[in-house]
Amino acid sequence: MANKVLLSKKKVNVILSRLCHQLIESHGDFSNTVLIGLQPRGTILLDRLIILLEKEGIESVKSGRLDTTFFRDDFRRSKKLLNAKSTEITETLEGKDVVLIDDVLYTGRTIRAALTAIDSYGRPNLIELLILVDRRFSRHLPIQPDYLGAQIDALQGDKVKVVWSEKLSDIIVYLEKHNE
Amino acid sequence: MKKLSVSNLLGIKYLQLDDLHLIFETATHFKEVINRPIKKVPSLRDITIANLFFENSTRTKLSFELAEKRLSADVINFSANQSSVSKGESLVDTVNNILAMKVDMIVIRHPSPGASHFLSKKVDSCIINAGDGTHEHPSQALLDTYSLKEKLGNLQGKRIAIIGDILHSRVALSNIYALKILGAEVMLCAPKSLLPKNVDSLGVMSSLDLMEVLNWCDAVNILRVQNERMELNYFPSSREYSQNFGLNGALLKKLKKDIVILHPGPINRGVEITSDVADSDQAIILDQVENGVAIRMAIIYLLGSQLNTTKP
Repeated sequence: MANKVLLSKKKVNVILSRLCHQLIESHGDFSNTVLIGLQPRGTILLDRLIILLEKEGIESVKSGRLDTTFFRDDFRRSKKLLNAKSTEITETLEGKDVVLIDDVLYTGRTIRAALTAIDSYGRPNLIELLILVDRRFSRHLPIQPDYLGAQIDALQGDKVKVVWSEKLSDIIVYLEKHNE
Repeated sequence: MKKLSVSNLLGIKYLQLDDLHLIFETATHFKEVINRPIKKVPSLRDITIANLFFENSTRTKLSFELAEKRLSADVINFSANQSSVSKGESLVDTVNNILAMKVDMIVIRHPSPGASHFLSKKVDSCIINAGDGTHEHPSQALLDTYSLKEKLGNLQGKRIAIIGDILHSRVALSNIYALKILGAEVMLCAPKSLLPKNVDSLGVMSSLDLMEVLNWCDAVNILRVQNERMELNYFPSSREYSQNFGLNGALLKKLKKDIVILHPGPINRGVEITSDVADSDQAIILDQVENGVAIRMAIIYLLGSQLNTTKP
């Protein structure tokens, strides 16, 4: 099993900074915006983005964490049990501009589950999608990101992993080959 | 990835520590779900569950039904007194007829001890025991220990007393098993006539002195006197029972610490517990009811995930 680095630390940091500025461009002072990180790894990206937004002078951005386990469409269809993580959304999303945040976009099924799950917290004004790495040509559903870090090509069966270090500044995206 | 070690929930006796932790962890997520504005998730939308109640129940039946509906399962209800059971149909026949209607999971309460165990051997379906006579009531024990864990943290080494009609109580037996698995110390307290003869074999202590037990314990689970299961007189009168084994405010005031008070319901106010105690801040009776739905959602979700989708 050979691992191939797709995005270096330096490149990921440039991308994060760009995503942060794109968010500011569309959401202004974030007064009506809620950033929702998808469990488990989207929440790490969320934390990182919040730090970057604070550096740009945007304080106290509203945010939450959403676990989509109970809304997934592969319940009883995958061999392993789907174990849940915590959901932390403290206020209603009625009328809010919601940005869903995840690290890798692959089939789109997690996002579909998230769109259903979000309904339980009210009817948002709009929902956008921010993705760090898009595995293109692999979608099972008509779902596309509004904010995109990088697009990569990977074979089905390969795994694309975003590895975050404790310090949050050391991030690396690599490809795990599974077919060899 | 973690999974339950069993494919039916027949009793706590068959569970392991990892199973309990998995159920508790999953229940915590479902507790968050049932506190959302929309309290429903679609996980079990292609599963049908039959609730077979051969014995009366309010809490357990409603709690199971709510749990099933909040997981989006289809639910059918069956009560023995309105069914062909009164025409002489056997349990296995009744259940096989229900399963022929493509039901995936059975929740059963029955007055005979071992009914769910017997059924699990005779029919091909997932069985959840919702109380079998004086034997086990696993979902109640899971919600009791879950509620205790919320209040006391890790139950390892904690002292839990169970007071009341131990002899006729399935709640007591399931609680004893669950508390022992979690590493708690258990003491039973009841009139000698309401203590099982072989109580030592369960690995628990017992006492006839209520005050001694209250001083010893961190939490107390008060059980109802089950008059409907008594063919004999086990004690002279309710008044005498409540004087010797009833929990009241005056007793609690004498203690040096605040103990946690549980009651699985239904409460006979003034017999095993007085109103001032049942309604006090120390009593977590209504927390138990809330947690009951979350625990049952977790049980159904975890067992449901093991059901085969390709089954015709």
